[in-house]
Amino acid sequence: MAKLELKYGNHACAEAAIIAGCRFYAGYPITPSSEIAEKMAELLPKHGGVFIQMEDEIAAMGAVVGGSFAGLKSMTATSGPGFSLKQENLGYAFMVEAPCVIVNVQRGGPSTGLPTQPGQQEIMQSLWGTHGDKLIPVFYPGNVQEIMEETIRAFNWAERLRTPVVLLLDEVLGHMRETVDMAQFTPDKVEIWNRKMPDVPPEEYLPYKPGEDDVPAIAPYGTPGYRGHATGLHHDYTGFPTTDPEMCQELIDRLIRKVKNRQPELEKNEEYKLDDAEIAIVTFGTTARAAKTAVDLAREKGIKAGLLRVITIWPSPEETLNKLAKSVKAILVPELNMGQYVFEVERCARGEAPVYRLNRANGKIIYPHEILAKIEEIAKGGK
Amino acid sequence: MSTPNIPMEKIVEKKPYFKYLRLNKMPTIWCPGCGIGQAFRATCMALDELGIPNDKVAMVSGIGCSSRTPGYFDGFTLHTTHGRAPTFATGLKLARPELTTIVFTGDGDALAIGGNHFIHAARRNIDITVVLINNWIYGMTGGQVSPTTPTGSYATTTPYGNYEPQFDVAKLAIAAGATYVARGTAYHAMELKKLIMDGIKHKGFSLIEVLSPCTIVYGRKNRMSIEEMYFWFKENTIPVKAWEKLPEEKRAGKIPRGVLYHDDSRPEYTELYWQKVKELSGGEK
Ligand SMILES: Cc1ncc(C[n+]2csc(CCOP(=O)(O)OP(=O)(O)O)c2C)c(N)n1
Ligand code: SF4
Ligand SMILES: [Mg+2]
Repeated sequence: MAKLELKYGNHACAEAAIIAGCRFYAGYPITPSSEIAEKMAELLPKHGGVFIQMEDEIAAMGAVVGGSFAGLKSMTATSGPGFSLKQENLGYAFMVEAPCVIVNVQRGGPSTGLPTQPGQQEIMQSLWGTHGDKLIPVFYPGNVQEIMEETIRAFNWAERLRTPVVLLLDEVLGHMRETVDMAQFTPDKVEIWNRKMPDVPPEEYLPYKPGEDDVPAIAPYGTPGYRGHATGLHHDYTGFPTTDPEMCQELIDRLIRKVKNRQPELEKNEEYKLDDAEIAIVTFGTTARAAKTAVDLAREKGIKAGLLRVITIWPSPEETLNKLAKSVKAILVPELNMGQYVFEVERCARGEAPVYRLNRANGKIIYPHEILAKIEEIAKGGK
Repeated sequence: MSTPNIPMEKIVEKKPYFKYLRLNKMPTIWCPGCGIGQAFRATCMALDELGIPNDKVAMVSGIGCSSRTPGYFDGFTLHTTHGRAPTFATGLKLARPELTTIVFTGDGDALAIGGNHFIHAARRNIDITVVLINNWIYGMTGGQVSPTTPTGSYATTTPYGNYEPQFDVAKLAIAAGATYVARGTAYHAMELKKLIMDGIKHKGFSLIEVLSPCTIVYGRKNRMSIEEMYFWFKENTIPVKAWEKLPEEKRAGKIPRGVLYHDDSRPEYTELYWQKVKELSGGEK
């Protein structure tokens, strides 16, 4: 039986984190993400977990890695300026393979930008924000129920792959109240994954020796006998720095491969009226809500429009996008930025269909009628 | 260090603190005469005397020569990002309060890029022992000026002499809320061991500032030999008790060593936190 509750987006994220097993939160207040920290501050001590407000976002990200290395499922939440500050330690988490979830409730940027208004400007930063090569999963829910699902999925993949996972929310979604069916999140319904533990005796333990899934089984710090070293420097199986070119390349290859090889399992999209579509909209988050309405409005006018809402935006659904490009006459990518995911859509389309843009970075959402107007223009053969 | 013919048990029998060393990761990257090794040895000896097993120690560092220490320490070790060690250590300590948590850091690491984290960890009075290698310079990057470079000395980025004032590390820590603050030097090795021991024993945030010669970089820039640097510490520092007795005008140029501040009355952060959790959750962890 459904158990419907009206839930605030940011609170849903916090509650789902607890369900996923999160027991460590370190954060720093920033609009529009602060309600996640506030909820965690209330929930975690009651669940025997750690909550700490750090001195800044750099510190919060550092503490999260510390908590993660201690064996706790760990999380932080922030928004644009804070997400920028976290980048160096996020790269560190990637390099030392610390499972953790970083929520970025996006606001308008750049800089302090538009703190209380929506933007979708960290599409590229969520993947490329740190220096150095990197591939991490990035999930993008589109409604409050999905915030819960994606938060749990983020923790699961973080643990399974021993990687940071970024969860992107839109300001309007974090601050939206919507009905959630809590019956979907009872312990018997929710699948929880945990990181694997070493299955060798302490004498044979090599913290950074990967398993067949490319994931090492690093013991939580404090596990008797399983002492180890972690460094942001290129390292060997013992975790100790190395400059051996083969070892260094193997490490980076593996860090990227362990996520890339899982792309088919990580892929998650919503398809709406794509079967016979001639014009496909590709977008994510709340912009997809406007796009859905625009699809219906276009169909009322006899234009065969459809929507692909990407939920796992990184690694991108490369083949799905390519197939889509082959099956339609044109693709439109509306996004609340000056054109970011459109580059990825163009890359994956590989010239099979023209890709059009609809962009905005003024704190206002894109309305259905604006997307409709663009669809009509494309249908007429204009631009 | 190559010890191919001597079994580990034999070494540990003679020098029990060797059990904390990852001998297979040696030699260290440190230059001959560098003071970091003295501080590392003092730390291992302190742990040994306190009888803390390897499995109960976490060592966390940032970036720099001093921050390379955890690599050679056989415990749970994290070599993190520049200046941020206290943040990782805070997360680890909160989640695993049973681990003796030591931060190894440098003057640039702890006081320039990481100054904010350093003072906040002190303010919280979290039970972390910070061993701060103050060598007055950015050693690892080749000798640039640091927040503790003495006014008038030379660094690669102060070719005409440093015109900035120095941080007084101990005063900074005391003002921020640290509850155990001590100063030792790489010259006074056994005294340093005692200071670190008391810092580890202390429940709360402890800082042990270690005046340490960067022989290769600072020494070269300021025309001081290894011997001159060690003797400088001998000549220019005095036990804090003696220093306190000196009249104000005689204190100039003398640096007090020893325990500069110790307060056992303030509650420790992780204890406070887990007490609260116990009340709220009925003890589950
Ligand atoms: C974000 C960042 N900035 C700069 C550096 C370069 N860097 C490495 S070590 C170091 C200075 C270290 O000085 P100190 O903390 O005094 O350590 P020492 O080498 O003297 O022991 C700097 C600036 C870095 N690694 N990361
Ligand atoms: S550069 Fe200076 S601080 Fe670094 S190892 Fe050499 S002597 Fe020590
Ligand atoms: Mg230094």
